[in-house]
Amino acid sequence: MRDEDEIVRESAGGPYRQIVARGVSRRDFLKFCSAMAAVLGLSGTFAGKIAEAIEKAERPILVWLEFQDCAGNTEALLRATKPTIAEIVLDVLSVDYHETIMAPAGKQAEKSLEDVVKNHKGKYIACVEGSIPLKDNGVYCCVGGRSAIDIAKEVCGNALATIAVGTCATSGGIPAAAPNPTGAIGVKQALPNVTVLNLTGCPMNVENLTATVVHFLTFGGLPATDSIGRPLFAYGERIHDHCERRAHYDAGQFVKQWGDEGHRQGWCLYEMGCKGPETFGNCPVVKYNEGTSWPVQAGHGCIGCFQPEFWDKMTPFYRRLPKVPGFGVEVTADKIGAGVAAVAAVGVAAHRIARAIRGKQDKKEDTE
Amino acid sequence: MEKRIYVWEAPVRVTHWISVFCLVTLALTGVYIGNPFITATSADQYIMGWVRFVHFVAAYIFVVNLAVRIYWSFAGNKYATWKALFPFSQERIITLFRQMSFYALISTKPPQEIGHTPLGGIVYFLILVLCGISAITGFALFSLYNPAGPMHILFGWVFSLAAIATVRLIHHLIMWFLIYFVIVHIYVVLFLDSVEKNGLLSSIFDGYKFVEEEKTN
Ligand code: HEM
Ligand code: HEM
Ligand code: SF4
Repeated sequence: MRDEDEIVRESAGGPYRQIVARGVSRRDFLKFCSAMAAVLGLSGTFAGKIAEAIEKAERPILVWLEFQDCAGNTEALLRATKPTIAEIVLDVLSVDYHETIMAPAGKQAEKSLEDVVKNHKGKYIACVEGSIPLKDNGVYCCVGGRSAIDIAKEVCGNALATIAVGTCATSGGIPAAAPNPTGAIGVKQALPNVTVLNLTGCPMNVENLTATVVHFLTFGGLPATDSIGRPLFAYGERIHDHCERRAHYDAGQFVKQWGDEGHRQGWCLYEMGCKGPETFGNCPVVKYNEGTSWPVQAGHGCIGCFQPEFWDKMTPFYRRLPKVPGFGVEVTADKIGAGVAAVAAVGVAAHRIARAIRGKQDKKEDTE
Repeated sequence: MEKRIYVWEAPVRVTHWISVFCLVTLALTGVYIGNPFITATSADQYIMGWVRFVHFVAAYIFVVNLAVRIYWSFAGNKYATWKALFPFSQERIITLFRQMSFYALISTKPPQEIGHTPLGGIVYFLILVLCGISAITGFALFSLYNPAGPMHILFGWVFSLAAIATVRLIHHLIMWFLIYFVIVHIYVVLFLDSVEKNGLLSSIFDGYKFVEEEKTN
């Protein structure tokens, strides 16, 4: 074993030094590395490799752009109850530009962004939060007099990699909800030629951002993704298939009303509109706020915020199936279905009666 | 004179009744999956689990059965052929109009047909399409439990066309379309059987219909 001081000396300026400086014990640091290996779906033996990588890591440069957003992902990043290692790792990525948290303002702030793009071309990571509006030349979102698309083209186009955080940045999210007045789209849609990793969620789970960065430090690249650019380690399996209420689903025990006996017993929220069966994500495994809880554990169904366009596709949130296009929200698919079936039944009965009458007329004509 | 002719060969009749059995099973289990009206008394039970299992088994049988019927539309007799689903020759179109005027009660004499009527052919084609969409959306939803598996490789593309929740809605709505078909289908069979008295109803059991002599050659 190398002694700790030695490691600190070796990695002067790197994340590990800061971790030690903030008083995190070696033991806690290694625990963090194992936890990250687990989130990334790697075997425990990778914890050592991760630890080594973080110890050796240079100070990667990160800029954080906010476009049409609510700063929810920033909030997720900063939600500090106590400073965790995750935070320090992200923190020491040295956020060189982040509108919400950086010290400089105005021209000076914009200059630090310009500097990064100019001096570290192809070496920095760009995080984008919020959607990019394209309608009317992108006037609906301007920062420092430039449109979001203009900034994104330059900053993401020159980055080593772009991480789109939150559903707005990945698929347009809430600003893009019908009728999408600003023509909002996600980063990957706006910049098809740029390498973009999508961390969906409203907000994204900061554990997944940390794990992505740790993956980056350990393996020197972005993790494997699904067909819509989301890392498989976080979005490779369905919420429903890892839900702690799943046994109640399979058994046939469902909450029928908020606060009913089943709800108090922790039964499955399927009939209350839970979108777990339609959503890919690691919420039940990783949870939020240092593994404290997640929506279904708290007794509320999943709203499918990890899926693209969830605001349009997953609503009504408290109904199991989406509404049928062209009908009001009050009428469910089954009400419409049963209504038409009744019409069909009455129709065939009417046809039979009409034909019987018509048949008699015909016979009369024949005999006359 | 009426002649008794063999219209529906055994594979046509057997696949018909297997698909009826499967569709009834799929609809009943599907309704439970969509709206689980029976509540388990203990978490050790497996009601939803079994219902889904039965739904999936019926789905597999249904699809294989459909494949057999499609095969038979190439191998079977002239009444079983796939060509009956596309009645667009001039003669068939005229029959189609005569048939529609019969259903609209304008005329009281239906055109004499041995195999599928032109309208019947068109409707069966639409039903085939609906069953196909039902199977594709169903297998796509089924594949979600393992997006790295072979089922997802075969059917995952569905979700690039529509969101998962939308696919589920489509799968659900198709059940209703099939129910409308069944209502009208059973009515038409009973109706034609009573008006034409050509043994249509019994033909799907024993294969034989009764046809006026001059029509048979
Ligand atoms: C789920 C219910 C049903 C479905 C989906 C269904 C579907 C079909 C289809 C696709 C055909 C075409 C046969 C072929 O060429 O392979 C057909 C024919 C036929 N079915 Fe059904 N059927 C159903 C129920 C019934 C029932 C309950 C009866 C009896 C009352 C019936 C009587 C007939 C008859 C007599 C024919 C032959 C008539 C023709 O082809 O025009 N069907 N059915
Ligand atoms: C063709 C006749 C079929 C009918 C009438 C039918 C009906 C239904 C209905 C009503 C539901 C409930 C949908 C909802 O409300 O969410 C359902 C669910 C489902 N069906 Fe079918 N289905 C059919 C065929 C199939 C086939 C061929 C498959 C292929 C495996 C399939 C797989 C599924 C799956 C995976 C679900 C969702 C179950 C779950 O999420 O646990 N279905 N079906
Ligand atoms: S609560 Fe939601 S995710 Fe959990 S088992 Fe029920 S339907 Fe699936």
